Amino acid sequence: MLLRRHAPIPSSEITDKTAYLRRREFIQAAALTTVGVAAGALGTDEAAAQSWPRVKIPGTIEKSGWGKGEKLNEYQDIATYNNFYEFGTEKGDPAVNAHTLKPTPWKVKIEGLVNKPADYNLEDIVKPQALEERIYRLRCVERWSMVIPWVGFPLSTLLKRIEPKSTAKYVEFTTLLNPQQMPGQRRQVLEWPYVEGLRLDEAMHPLTILAVGLYGEYLPNQNGAPIRLVVPWKYGFKSIKSIVRIRLTDREPMNSWQLSAPDEYGFYSNVNPERDHPRWSQARERRIGEFLMRPTVIFNGYGDQVASLYTGMDLKRYY
Amino acid sequence: MKLLVFAAALVPFAHLIWRGFHGDLTADPLVEITNQTGLWTLRFIVITLAVTPIRRATGVNAIIRFRRMLGLFAFFYAMLHFLTYLVGDRFASLDFPDGFVAWSTLVNLLASIWEDVAKRPYITVGFIAFVSMIPLALTSTTGWIRRLGGRNWQRLHRLIYVTGIAGVVHYLWRVKADTLHPLIYGGIVAVLLGYRLALAFRKSRWQRQPLQAGA
Repeated sequence: MLLRRHAPIPSSEITDKTAYLRRREFIQAAALTTVGVAAGALGTDEAAAQSWPRVKIPGTIEKSGWGKGEKLNEYQDIATYNNFYEFGTEKGDPAVNAHTLKPTPWKVKIEGLVNKPADYNLEDIVKPQALEERIYRLRCVERWSMVIPWVGFPLSTLLKRIEPKSTAKYVEFTTLLNPQQMPGQRRQVLEWPYVEGLRLDEAMHPLTILAVGLYGEYLPNQNGAPIRLVVPWKYGFKSIKSIVRIRLTDREPMNSWQLSAPDEYGFYSNVNPERDHPRWSQARERRIGEFLMRPTVIFNGYGDQVASLYTGMDLKRYY
Repeated sequence: MKLLVFAAALVPFAHLIWRGFHGDLTADPLVEITNQTGLWTLRFIVITLAVTPIRRATGVNAIIRFRRMLGLFAFFYAMLHFLTYLVGDRFASLDFPDGFVAWSTLVNLLASIWEDVAKRPYITVGFIAFVSMIPLALTSTTGWIRRLGGRNWQRLHRLIYVTGIAGVVHYLWRVKADTLHPLIYGGIVAVLLGYRLALAFRKSRWQRQPLQAGA
């Protein structure tokens, strides 16, 4: 019995790709950290050069009444303080790394329970729309907030065009999945691609917009170019960036952060000072540029417009 | 040489100040300072814990001279970390019914810290890590080594193992989703503490050895 047949390697023993990519990433980062500890990591990410093309949006942008009396946050802060894990998990990472994203050409697939499913070129979605400026407060779940002059159009106008079927109850949005363009996706920090969802009535609400710009210019990549959602009465992570798919469905979509930590992040994620994040209070927030934190307002101060969407709902249970 | 290490340990602090003057501390400087001072605290704890294993492994005994200073720098950054939290997080989120300079401000501040420490596990362990460093810093002088006696002093200063573990857990529980870096620090601390465990284990076997040999 000299020759013994090797048993085939069961597929369960073959390291799957994400696992070994993760491992490699881990070793690299471990090496980096060690170097950092030893040498005293002088150059931080923020110090890296920050440059991206800034292009004015042609044509007229209508002003809207929103945000009167609010002091706008500076462009520089809006464009360099980002949670966009597809480009790294530090706030300064996206501004440094997002140059690899190619926002043109861009397609958005519209599918699910609609009468007119299609693979739209971005221009075909945006061209028919009258763009307007919407100055909204953005409240991050991490207790900071900004006031941002978005440029966009109501999501409802797009939804009406594609004609949701009567069975459609929810809208699911998906971010691009492309680790070449989005290097942060090489590591499984969240389940990629990023997914978010709204109830159809939330999506149809006049405050809900799709943004293509800010400060009169096209969105910098790190802010979710070329097209993103903005839902001002919900925590910032609901406002999904770099959207490639919009799907109408009859089931509540599972959003990425809920999938990652269901006890910390829910489907609704309405701004609510009464419902603490398990790890920090949501009662106050720091407006970027200020020292003292201001009290957080239910629905981020948009209660007059949106509270009726949630009549009779226990907002602490449906957080 | 000591001066050189001292200066090097101040570089992260100087760098923070430099960034502050250049408006380069991100859009939310207080959070950035909190993060950076926290990271440097953990780094100095790791470096301090590494002194003995490195000394044993390389035979370069001279580096023991820097251990006290490195430990005190860990405490220095921990103080900055705690102060930033105190001012930028606790103080900044208070109500000021009687103005800033008032008895009620102090009472509310202390209540707010206590509430945070009691309620939020990552703050609890962070606080434990910080508090565990205080006796070590206080008894770091040669006078205290003499007063306590080398053996007792050494026993007390094993508290840094608690500091290291609590520090890593604090970091791990704080991050939102990206646990990579906390886990790396966890791994390093585990190796450094595991080394001591293995040593203690070997030593206890060594001491039993003659008995077994004689049997």
